[in-house]
Amino acid sequence: MDVDQMQRRFADYTASLFREGFLDDQFTQLQQLQDESNPDFVVEVVSLFFEDSERLLNDLGKALDQQIVDFKKVDAHVHQLKGSSSSIGAQRVKNACIAFRNFCEMQNTEGCLRCLQQVKQEYFLVKNKLESLFRLEQQILAAGGSNPMME
Amino acid sequence: MESCNCIEPQWPADELLMKYQYISDFFIALAYFSIPLELIYFVKKSALFPYRWVLVQFGAFIVLCGATHLINLWTFSTHSRTVEVVITTAKVLTAFVSCVTALMLVHIIPDLLSVKTRELFLKNKAAQLDREMGLIRTQEETGRHVRMLTHEIRSTLDRHTILKTTLIELGRTLALEECALWMPTRTGLELQLSYTLRHQNPVGFTVPIHLPVINQVFSSDRAVKIPPNSPVARLRHIAEKYMPGEVVAVRVPLLHLSNFQIYDWPELSTKRYALMVLMLPSDSARHWRGHELELVQVAVALSHAAILEESMRARDLLMEQNVALDLARREAETAIRARNDFLAVMNHEMRTPMHAIIALSSLLQETELKPEQRLMVETILKSSSLLATLINDVLDLSRLEDGSLELDLVTFNLHAVFKEVVQLIKPIASVKKLSVSISFALDLPEYAIGDEKRLMQTILNIVGNAVKFSKEGSISIAAGIAKSEPLLDARAPDFFPVPSDSHFYLRVQVKDSGLGINPQEIPKLFNKFAQNQSVANRNSDGSGLGLAICKRFVNLMEGHIWIESEGLGKGCTASFIVKLGIAGRSNEPDHRVVPLNRVQANFPGLKVLILDDNGVSRMVTKGLLMHLGCDVTVTSSTDECLRVVSPEYNVVFMDLGMHGTSGYEVAMRINERITKRHERPLIVALTGNTDRATKDNCFRVGMKGVLLKPISLEKMRSVLSELLERGTLRQS
Repeated sequence: MDVDQMQRRFADYTASLFREGFLDDQFTQLQQLQDESNPDFVVEVVSLFFEDSERLLNDLGKALDQQIVDFKKVDAHVHQLKGSSSSIGAQRVKNACIAFRNFCEMQNTEGCLRCLQQVKQEYFLVKNKLESLFRLEQQILAAGGSNPMME
Repeated sequence: MESCNCIEPQWPADELLMKYQYISDFFIALAYFSIPLELIYFVKKSALFPYRWVLVQFGAFIVLCGATHLINLWTFSTHSRTVEVVITTAKVLTAFVSCVTALMLVHIIPDLLSVKTRELFLKNKAAQLDREMGLIRTQEETGRHVRMLTHEIRSTLDRHTILKTTLIELGRTLALEECALWMPTRTGLELQLSYTLRHQNPVGFTVPIHLPVINQVFSSDRAVKIPPNSPVARLRHIAEKYMPGEVVAVRVPLLHLSNFQIYDWPELSTKRYALMVLMLPSDSARHWRGHELELVQVAVALSHAAILEESMRARDLLMEQNVALDLARREAETAIRARNDFLAVMNHEMRTPMHAIIALSSLLQETELKPEQRLMVETILKSSSLLATLINDVLDLSRLEDGSLELDLVTFNLHAVFKEVVQLIKPIASVKKLSVSISFALDLPEYAIGDEKRLMQTILNIVGNAVKFSKEGSISIAAGIAKSEPLLDARAPDFFPVPSDSHFYLRVQVKDSGLGINPQEIPKLFNKFAQNQSVANRNSDGSGLGLAICKRFVNLMEGHIWIESEGLGKGCTASFIVKLGIAGRSNEPDHRVVPLNRVQANFPGLKVLILDDNGVSRMVTKGLLMHLGCDVTVTSSTDECLRVVSPEYNVVFMDLGMHGTSGYEVAMRINERITKRHERPLIVALTGNTDRATKDNCFRVGMKGVLLKPISLEKMRSVLSELLERGTLRQS
């Protein structure tokens, strides 16, 4: 596959991510911030996001597993996750977090567990997608093309 | 047989006497024998005769006496020795028993007498008990009266009825001749006769309140006897030949509650009393007895209690209502908050896709397209524009409704606004072959201060309606200054546009020769979602919100909007007046006199401090600011931030949603730490929620701006530019 085709595939893939709501406007902003002085900005931010989120999801699982659930703590974790996901534009994760927070407010353990599942699902989906995207980017760079993330 | 020595009685001579003696003896004996029998019979009958053995003795005595007398019967004729012996025995026995009985009686009679005394004593006691019974009965009767009174008085609830009922019942219970109620007048200086029992219409007698007799009654809490000739008691001008009955007066406390605080039921300031006067029937020689006076007092107390109870009930009702209202208010507030939250989310969520659709479709339009494709794209563009407008309208209206919309005051070119509207409307108008003309009054200033965008929106809406509802003819727009005369619109008779040194009133009139409106429909035009039913609705593609929004904008601009039409087919004239500021005056501080037309692209050397506890968010903001050339320092906790902050920093971006700390507190601490105002860094808040309350709180602690996360590159650029130029993001 030549570079142009790969670039087109990259563009299509990105467009589909936007279309399906996995990513929103904010991701575009991140792409804009990537420049010569900061060539790996997006990857760095996204990796940080992955680390943060996995830690938070773990903590959430533990917190909801307790006999007596500390909803304040759960809410704090979800708030963090929501902030992170909205900062990188992971729209579906963010929306799932919003729903999660509602259940926290209502102190509904069942609902929270369900939401946690939902958030995990969305997170792993978007993680998958982003990892594929980065792989594509690497391929393009390896083939000598210009970085597709930087317009 | 030897006859005895007794002289033989001369039977014939004393025969009569003998006969009488004989008969008497016989009867005596009979009586003597029957007395004990009677005694025995009756004693047997009675249960408690204590002296039975005395009876026996007595009986024996009598029997023997009887026997003696009986045996005497035989002595009148010759009798044998046996009879003699029997008589002697009997007499001896009798003598013996009689002596014993006599001796016994000495012993017994005092006892019997004491019995008599006891009997007398018991009788007295019985008489006393009788009297006491009489008293108790009277009391019981009084009690019954009181219960009746209570029942009657408490069965009514109205204050005046309570007092009148008291009067009536007292009159009935005590059989009074007259019963009158004197109430204090409004001035408090006189007592006015307000009700009497017998008189049907009390003519407004008044009596000054400071009479000594009245003071006497008012100062005592008991019923007081007053002389029958005192002014309050002289109700009927009858000839004085009647002996007036006794009169008693009692004070009736009046409740004087001026306000109904919920938790602080005021003390009964009963400085006001009414006077109740009760008169016994004249010529009846009745006197006011103790228990009757007490009855009167009880009745007064009852009526007072009944009034109090009624007031308490009113208070409870008010409290309940207050609680219910409070609940309703809180529910309403919750609903409003929920709606605002929803709107805040939908705001962003709805506009973003719309924006994408419109942007991409317009981009598409620029590319090479086949005619059919072009048509399709144009349709998409048109529909999405309409949708965007609709969304904006609805969101705007909701914000307008709860008063959270604020005008964006800028200086703008008034003439240009109108010209732009005409430009926008010209294409459609020329398709419909309508001619559009504007005329400006000569004294209309060229520049004005106001909300340019919304003014244009209003004018566009009205002109657009004129074009929409006209099939042919012409549209004329006239703009000028409103004269300070009352509007001819009946719906706003109080609207006087009064110009001042800093403001003038713009008057715009749009006349069209179109379909017109039925005058009866005009009031409904400005209601939300109402469409003019007489127009073919298939053509109308509006939401019916346009005029409602215009009305609200006009109201925000302290103006008035109205529509006149002669009728269907006769065209219609829409006019509005709004208040605008006069440009060129320097009494509008803090307004953007000239909009920022040069936004800095880069900010080299600008030292910025970030406070955010979310790693990802921190990194993104840092990347953003570094891309713009700033010198960025990141901190992730309030302690770190307070340690690091110094006058070196120009701007601090602070995330408000940090867990466990209040961004407001940090801002206050920073401002405290750096006392010199010009050395302080400009603090800007980053938050996911930019509602009114958050904004107010931020500005209150001294922050210079509030930004909605996530923030785009362009927005950050303009924010930094504005901060550097004006020192604040706040528009007053």
